[in-house]
This record gives sequence, C-alpha cells and structure tokens, in this order.
Amino acid sequence: MLQAAVIGIILYAAHGLLVNTQANLEARNIASGFGFLSLESGMPISNSLLPYSPADSYGFAFFIGIINTLYVAFFGIILATLIGILIGVARVSNNWLISKLAEIYVEVLRNIPLLLTLFFTYTIALAALPIPKKSLMPFEGFFLNNRGIYLPRPIPESGFLIVCLAVLIGIIAAFMIHWFAKRLHRETGRTIPSFTLGLIAMVAIPAIAWWLTRGPIAWEFAVLKGFNFQGGLVIRPEFSALMIGLVLYTAAFIGENVRSGIQSVDMGQINSSKALGLTTGLTMRKVILPQALRVIIPATTNDYTSLVKNSSLAVAIGYPDMVSIGGTIIGQNDQAIEIIAMWMGVYMTINLMVSMIMNWLNAKVQHIGR
Amino acid sequence: MNQLNNPIIEITNLNKWFGNFHVLKNINMTIHKGEIIVICGPSGSGKSTLIRCINRIEEHQKGKIIVAGTELTGKMKNIADVRREVGMVFQTFDLFPHLTVLENLTLAPAWILKMPQKKAEELAMTLLKRVQITDQAFKMPGQLSGGQQQRVAIARALCMNPKIMLFDEPTSALDPEMVKEVLDVIKQLAHDGMTMCVVTHEMGFAKQVANRILFMDQGEIVEENHPDKFFISPKYDRTQQFLSQII
Amino acid sequence: MTTLSDAGIEIQVFKPMPDLPAPLESVGIIGWLKGNLFSSKINSLLTFAALFFLWKTLPPLLSWTIIDATWSFSSHPCPTEKTGACWTFIFVKFRVLMVGLYPQELLWRPILTFVIFGGVCVLTALRVLQTKLLITLWFFLPLPLFFLINGGMGIETVEQSLWGGLMLSTGLAAIGIIMSIPLGILLALGRRSSMVVVKSLCIGIIESIRGVPLITILFMASVMLPIFLPQGMSINNLLRVQIGIILFSSAYIAEVVRGGLQAISQGQIEAASSLGLKNWTITCFIVLPQALRHVIPSLIGRCVALFKDTSLVIIVGLLDFLGMIKASAQDPDWLGYDAEAYVFCALIYWIICFSMSQYGKSIEHHNQW
Repeated sequence: MLQAAVIGIILYAAHGLLVNTQANLEARNIASGFGFLSLESGMPISNSLLPYSPADSYGFAFFIGIINTLYVAFFGIILATLIGILIGVARVSNNWLISKLAEIYVEVLRNIPLLLTLFFTYTIALAALPIPKKSLMPFEGFFLNNRGIYLPRPIPESGFLIVCLAVLIGIIAAFMIHWFAKRLHRETGRTIPSFTLGLIAMVAIPAIAWWLTRGPIAWEFAVLKGFNFQGGLVIRPEFSALMIGLVLYTAAFIGENVRSGIQSVDMGQINSSKALGLTTGLTMRKVILPQALRVIIPATTNDYTSLVKNSSLAVAIGYPDMVSIGGTIIGQNDQAIEIIAMWMGVYMTINLMVSMIMNWLNAKVQHIGR
Repeated sequence: MNQLNNPIIEITNLNKWFGNFHVLKNINMTIHKGEIIVICGPSGSGKSTLIRCINRIEEHQKGKIIVAGTELTGKMKNIADVRREVGMVFQTFDLFPHLTVLENLTLAPAWILKMPQKKAEELAMTLLKRVQITDQAFKMPGQLSGGQQQRVAIARALCMNPKIMLFDEPTSALDPEMVKEVLDVIKQLAHDGMTMCVVTHEMGFAKQVANRILFMDQGEIVEENHPDKFFISPKYDRTQQFLSQII
Repeated sequence: MTTLSDAGIEIQVFKPMPDLPAPLESVGIIGWLKGNLFSSKINSLLTFAALFFLWKTLPPLLSWTIIDATWSFSSHPCPTEKTGACWTFIFVKFRVLMVGLYPQELLWRPILTFVIFGGVCVLTALRVLQTKLLITLWFFLPLPLFFLINGGMGIETVEQSLWGGLMLSTGLAAIGIIMSIPLGILLALGRRSSMVVVKSLCIGIIESIRGVPLITILFMASVMLPIFLPQGMSINNLLRVQIGIILFSSAYIAEVVRGGLQAISQGQIEAASSLGLKNWTITCFIVLPQALRHVIPSLIGRCVALFKDTSLVIIVGLLDFLGMIKASAQDPDWLGYDAEAYVFCALIYWIICFSMSQYGKSIEHHNQW
C-alpha cells in the first residue's frame, strides 16, 4: 500500500519534471535528441590519439574524448599501482628515514585537493621549462620545453611485424617457463630461477628478432622550424601534468592500502615462518602477500574507480578528455541533457568494468593456496 | 635415552637487553641429546625470551649460544643452519590461516628441503597420524579447535625433521579440556627420544616427563634440579615461594 | 631465621644479580641508528640515498620559503633581486582569499561567523559537550551563520555572487555535510527496505551518483537544474552548486551508514521487537545510534573528502578558496607569484584536512566522541 503511494509520488514528480523541461527547452530554443552528434564540430582538439580534424562530427569528437579518458585511466591505474606498492613497502620498512619520508609523502598528498596538485604540476610543467628555441636536450633527439616533451617517432618498416610477433612469443615463453618451473618443483622439489629466466626470454627473443630483421624501425625526429618543433612524437604538458598529478595522488591512497594489508598479517605468522626456516623472500611470497592481498584488493578497487572519475579534472587544465570536450560541445549548442547523460553512461560503464575485473581478482585471491 | 656427554645446546654467559632493560642475566645452560628440560617461573622472568634466543627469533647482545655445533651469530647462514635443526611451537599456534592443514605442513619441506610435492604430502600425513589428526588434513586452520591447531603446529614443526623441539607455553592459550590432548602428544614425542625444551606451567607434566627443571626469576636461572628433588626440596626461598603459588 | 623445605633441608635466600647497563652499541643514539638506519647493507644504502635527497631539496626549500623570503606588509610587488618567496603577495591578497569580494565595511560579519564556527569546532575537538547537545548544535548552526553572512530580515543583504574565498569553501562543505547526513541516512535505510520500489530507487540513486565524477554532478546542477524547474522560477548559481554538493555527498554518506547498519547484529533487532517495539522505533532509537557511532571515523573521512572536493566549484564559475588563489595569481599587477599562491593554498588546506583526520583518528583510538 505504501509502495503504491511512493510510486504515485515518483510518477507525479517525474511528470512535472518532464513538463517543465519541455517548456524550458522550447523557450530557450534548445534542440532535443542526439541528432547533433552527426553535425560538424568545428572544434580543434590538441591531444588526440586518432587522426581528427575540426571537420569531423561532434560524435567523433566526443569519441576522441572517451579514448583520451580511457588512455589516462589505463596508464594512470598501472603507474599509480606501481608507485603505490613502492610507497606501501617503504611505509613498513624498518628503515626509519625511508618510512618517515613515505609517511610525509602520503600525508601531504592525501590532505590537499587533487585540483591543487594538478594546478601545481601544470604551472611547474609550463613555467619551469624553457621555450622551444632553448629546449633542454637530455639525450640525442629528446627535447623538453614548455610546449611538451618531444621524442623521435618510430616508423615501422618491413619486418616490424616479426619483432612484434617475437615480443608475443617472448611473453608466452615466459609463462611457459613459469608453468614448467611449477611442475618441476611439484615433481622433484627442485627450483629454478623462473622469474629471471622468464625475464631473459621476454628480452632475448625480441632482441634476436630485431637483430635478424636488422632493426626494422626508422625514426622521425622532431625538428625545430621557426618557433616550434615539427614532426616526431609529442607528449603535451597538459597530459604530463594530468598523469603526474593523478598518479602521485592515487599512489598515496594505494600505498596506505598496501601498508594496512601488510600490517594486517599477525607477527606470530612471521615468527613461525622464521622458526620453520623460511627465508624472507619465501615468507613474503607465501605467507604475507597472499594474506595482505585480501585486504589490499577490495580497498584498491575504490581507488581505481576514483582515479577514473578524477580524470575528469582534465577540464581544469585543458586536457581534452571526455568532460572537456563535452563541456565545449555544451557551450556550442546547449544540449546539456544529452551530453550529461552520455557522460554518466560512459563513466558508469568504465567503473562497472573496473569493479568486475577487481572482483574477479578478489575472488581468486580468496582461494590462493600454495 | 640420555647421553649426558653429548651437549646439543650450550649457552654461556647469555645476556640480553630490551633497550635498557636487562631481561636475561648471565644465563648458563646446557642441554644434552635426548634430554627433556622444563623451564618454569613467574611471568616476566624471561623464560620465553630465553628459548626464543635459541633459534634467533630474539637476538642476544652478550654471550654465546651454540646449537648442534653451530654458533649463533648475526650471519644469515648460521641462523638458517640453526633453524633447520630446531623446531618451535608457539603459545598462539600461528598456523597459516590461508592454507589448509596439509599445505601448512608441506610448505617448508617443499621449499626449504626441496622435497617433491608427493613426498612432502606423504611425510605430512605420517606426522598428522603421529599427532592423531589425519581426518582434518584438508580443513582450514580456522575450522579447528585450539587443541587441534596446536597439534597441527607440532606436526608442522616435526616436518622439518628437527633435532631439537622448543615449546613456548604450548598449552597456555588452550581451554582446559584440550590441554591433555596436546600434552599427550608432547609426552609421546619425549618417549620417542626427541630432545626438548619446554616452557610451561604444567607441573604435572613436568613431573612425569622432565629430566631437569629450571626455575627462572627476573632474568636469572635461580636453580635447576631433577623433578623428584625440585618439588620436595627447593634450594632457594624464591623457588619455594613460586611453588607454593602454583601447586 | 632458617626455614626448612618439605624434605627438611635448609632453604637459602636467593641473592639476585644486579641489573647491568646495556652495551653501548645497542642503546642510546648509536643503538637507535644501528637498528633503524643502518641495520643491513641495503638499509645503509637507502639511508644514504635518502639523506642525499634531503640534502639536495631541504636547504633550497627552506631558503625560498623562509630565509630569503620577503615578509613585508607593503603594497608594492617584491623587488626582483630577491630570490625567495614574496609573502607580501599573500598579505596583500589575504582579505580576498578569505572572503572573496565581500564588501570591506561589512567584514565584521564573516569574522564573527568564523569565530563562532571556530568555537564550535574547538568545543567538538575538546570533547566537552554531551553527544546529543553537540549534534543539535551542529544541526542548527548553519541557519544563523547563513543569515549573518547573507543578511535579510532587517540586516543589509550581501549578493551571493560576491561571496568567495575560504569562507565559501568552508560554507559549501559544512552545509554540504550537515544537509547530506540526514539525506544519506534516509537513502541507506531505504536501501535496506523490504519494499522493492523504494529499495531499487535508492540503489539506483546511490550507484548512479557514486559512479560519476563530481564535475558531472556540478554541471548537472549548474546547467540542468534551471531546465527542470517550472518556468519563471529560478535559483542562483551558488544554490544550484550547493544542491549538487549535497546530493553528491549524500550518496557516499549512504554507503558509509549502510556499512554501519550491517555491523549491527540481528540479535539486537530481534530482542527489541520481542519487547514489543515497532519497526521504526527500533530503527531510530536502537539500530541507528549504534550504527552511526560505529562509522564516525568514516564520516569524518567523508568530511575531509568533501572539503577537498569543494575546490572543484571553480569549474562551474564559483570562486572558492582555490578559485580565488588562481584568480589572484592572474592579477596583472601581481604576476609571477603562482608558486607563493599555490604553496599558501596547499598549507591552509593541509592544516584543515590534517587536523580533521587527526580528530577522526583520535576518535577511533578513544573509541568514543
């Protein structure tokens, strides 16, 4: 009965909302519907991974934004995890200095807004670096200036595919070595340094392929023409600033997760491990890590979805992510409702996928045995 | 059973400090092969600290500890050698909660003794039989009672084939009805000839099994004696005071 | 006087050994250094690397911030020969950074508001008031303070477009938290409801809001809200943004409260209903107070997060603390002081957020208010 009343209220409110919305949109001469997506956008995008020109449609422009968001999110998560692990391990180190430095890092980055950190890195990235004419050149062909980081662009020649194949073979070989080592240990108890061997395979096999095909990559260098560089590969300061800020910020949170995970393992376990004669490495791998991951993974899922959402701060420093581009589109044709709906749809989809992957990992960790 | 001229643990002038607190004062002690030593004393007397020094879970600052011919120093190799010969069972059992009982036992033999998995599992089952707990082999430690967990812990230590077993108050954390099952296992080990050093308050057990009882108080060994004489004619007032409190 | 043992043998008095001092290498400064900094080869290497890093970064930082810095109160930009920070910039811009464009002659109102608000914060931190009194105080705080700043009812009104600076940040965050807590509790209770419609609605709202960035919510509030309202009715930008912040925060508070509710054992509820209490009474007076007490540290964590999140309002056109910092740094008369501006901004945010999270930690520690 109460449910019927609630449904009634909701329907009434929704109806009222729709009526208002229609009236307001008409009064302001704003179109409805997603038709605008096929119109020509006329807006330039500075940082696009796919070829784009202002003659392309709004829809394609928005799509470029989505790609940029995914790009930042993907590499952001990977880098933040790596740095976060380092920070977490440093926090539990028995070296007082290292532990304290990591603690200061965490406490500073967690207590100032991410937007401030982004402004900071952006102004440093711009202000501290010189103009293109006076670029810093740490290595041959690498230029650092306030327009970006210029690298030589690799141009694949014939034979490049073979090297790519070799990389794939190398990775497969590493997995096979690991699997073989596991079996060998089960059957005979002997251990081989599978990690080192796997690493060697992943490097040696592509290296051999490279040598056989006589290095199938030509390099296009960036060249100073007038006031700017042309050619080569460019990493724009907006991207660098966004990545650095996002990664450092999220790494602080992941570091705390790693720390609490490691500290959740009871000291008695470590003592009985020692008493059994297990080395520090084995204790870490077989006793501490499996138990720590059960705490770390659920907590870090939250931080990953936060990183994806925080990438939207790109709009404040001019990196053309999905929110940036969407905001520009709204500015041009006022169709806010559609754009906001698209934003929500994409973010929720990305976060759903991240949560699903992390839940799968979490389930695996709950069953980790030997 | 007793080879009185075959010392397997020799402790000379052992001194340890926690910060500025002098916790072990000039300990001199020898354990021979096949001997069963019980260490008792009031809490804070340093008995746990003492046996933890034997396998370097705690480090000593002064004095010498020689275990099965190897002197315990800061060198990793020495420590590893000593820990291979010494098995230890803790008050809080400390089984690995994320592994099954069987996996708890096979972990160290597989990775330290480089035993093939099958052989390690056979060894584990044999030892689980010895402590009478084979039916729990595939359960998780959290599903076992305290007494069962402690018996698994004993089996786990035995898997490494140690020459000496150290017990740090093995029954203090158990409910009374489970104390007997664990003490029975330890008694059986004693009858089978294992050299043991047990820190405990269980005086009945000590009377039945120990070759020598050491009484510690405030970091020193006050007296040591054969159980028959220890309880009836303690040499010092401190000992008598302690005995009157626990018997 | 000699005592005899049971066997009739004389018992001696035990003479304990005196405590000896610990060997030099293991105590005091040397002991600490050995244990904490140089305990192994790798550790020693790391210590030296860290010391090198500190030697390279700390002295320049100190000289820039304090030693070479200009601390004068004049109103002219700093002389260019000085290499340190120009804190004159901050002194000059201080009023604007704190209260935005609030009229200078009415400054006593924000100052009074700050004093009252600060006083309540201090009272909370010192734990001198009873829980119920404290909650009532916090709940009724916004209204009078709002009137102080805004005006109305006889006092001169100040246009909301003039509000800004740290006052705006704190206001948005405080009202955001205070308003979103009851809303979040309702959402959390609704999520646990047995009525399918209510439950799905609440889950839908919570997950939608939590799945999207705050910026999209702010855009929604700023741009879409006027479209949803009946024609003729309009609300200003500040109110729209505040509503957006309240909605955003309530979804996260709902999840925090839900965690607390789940921790309350079923046994309590069964015992209460066997006493004859109705469902709503049980929830309000037994389950909810305990659940909330459990999650106070997390709630404080949400306060800190919300305070940091208010910095995003610059994107929808409001000049809060960070906004005013940025705007001040772009003042044509005072160019080139970005570093000073951002460092000062970071310092203030850090002090406020760190204090709040320390308070949260101390609550966890003492396990009570």
